[in-house]
Amino acid sequence: MPRRERRSVVANEPVGPYSLLRLERGGLDAGAPGQFFMLEAPGRLLPRALSLCLAPPGELAFLVDPVGPATEALCALDPGERIAVFGPLGNGFRLDVERPLLVGGGIGIAPLPYLAEALRFPPAVLGFRSERHAEAAALLPGAEVVVDPTLVTDCNLVGFDVLACGPEPMLHAVAELCPGAQLAWEAPMACGYGACYGCAVEIDGELKRLCVEGPVLAAA
Amino acid sequence: MRLLNASGCLDALVAPDVARQLDGFVTKTITPLPREGNAPPRIAETAHGMLNAIGLANPGRARFLDEHLPRLRELGVPLWISVGGFCAADYAETCAALDAVEAIELNLSCPNVDEAADSAAEIVAACRAATALPLYAKLSAAHPDVTEVARAVAHAGADGLSLVNTLRGTALDRTLRPALARVAGGLSGPPLKPIALAAVYACYASTQLPIVGMGGVETGRDALELIACGARDVALGTVLFADPDAPARVRDELARAAEEARVAGPDDAFGVAHVSEKAPQIRQKVVA
Repeated sequence: MPRRERRSVVANEPVGPYSLLRLERGGLDAGAPGQFFMLEAPGRLLPRALSLCLAPPGELAFLVDPVGPATEALCALDPGERIAVFGPLGNGFRLDVERPLLVGGGIGIAPLPYLAEALRFPPAVLGFRSERHAEAAALLPGAEVVVDPTLVTDCNLVGFDVLACGPEPMLHAVAELCPGAQLAWEAPMACGYGACYGCAVEIDGELKRLCVEGPVLAAA
Repeated sequence: MRLLNASGCLDALVAPDVARQLDGFVTKTITPLPREGNAPPRIAETAHGMLNAIGLANPGRARFLDEHLPRLRELGVPLWISVGGFCAADYAETCAALDAVEAIELNLSCPNVDEAADSAAEIVAACRAATALPLYAKLSAAHPDVTEVARAVAHAGADGLSLVNTLRGTALDRTLRPALARVAGGLSGPPLKPIALAAVYACYASTQLPIVGMGGVETGRDALELIACGARDVALGTVLFADPDAPARVRDELARAAEEARVAGPDDAFGVAHVSEKAPQIRQKVVA
């Protein structure tokens, strides 16, 4: 069982419309790229699932998109404030790949900087809906950036070991082009450790818990 | 006082360390046939609470008995088996297939599936005939008078009550569409606590059956209040989602909460909320 600890905020840095929430790591393990943590959202009943974006020495950093009261509360945390952090949880990306290519869309780029480090900075293609959102591409130096993409098929994915995270339509499109791609999915999640059965998604024709079986799954 | 989990709020096989903090593990409800559960999305957060519409996802009776139960027994935690169905015979057949477990909890009140055709009392009576194991009836506070159902299941042979299940509710997303695919789900978390206290208080007074109190317990003080209203045991539900260490924490807090309430220990708080009723009333001076 992973640990749950109260950790202090080191900094909350704006990255375009997102925030990079940097926390003291304490005794927590950073885990594998693609794994996630449950972060207490001040004032809310349930924590929020966020994949690790970066693991600087002594820190855990998460890219947060303020889309609702919980993520807004996370983005508003000040240095020194403490929140409960539980993880790492779930299954991350497999790193035994020959020609890795990272594909990210919007806030879905969150796990890619940490993944890029582990894979020694492979090529990456990122899509964003606006120039302002695309400022987050700074977290992944050298990535090819497309603003307001409509067709994933514009990229040449064939022949690569694709590792992707982004909006569902993007993941479905990647899956179609690259059978065997590793895709990081998202679902509403109350607990993150298999207790609530809330994050059920269809896997191989059966409803399974994304937090236990995923969040990274091989494209069928 | 035993500290349990509320059914459906913990998977002991995935999180054995959490289950081992408890005095008993209550399984997810087992139905005769396997159930995938409802279509996603099936959870949504509300102000101070949450909705779930899982829909009794479970491996079904045969697979539960063959694969899950032997692995659960290895945990060394007393097992409570939550049993569900769609008619009295469904429940009774599962009860008949169980032995060597701590208790059976009959889920008579899931808000996320169609209601069983038979009444709570008919289901309990059928199960009573099928097993000698302790039978707890899990009831909802949605009934206009929960004590009426409590008395009926007591009469039908229930050994105890589990109070309360979730209450049906709906949440809308930003675009004013239902947040849950099934539209309505069961509301849980702190908003349930006053409802649970009222149900436990009333059913304790009207049946004297042992009660597992649950609904919105987040702290040791919450658990102590249920005990004071007449709960012998307490179950943790939604709090386990946010805090897997909640059982150990609540147990620590209980001792302190008892001290602050000036009772010797948590068990000494049992039923004390009722004591004032027995105290002599001050008579009003009658003026002739």
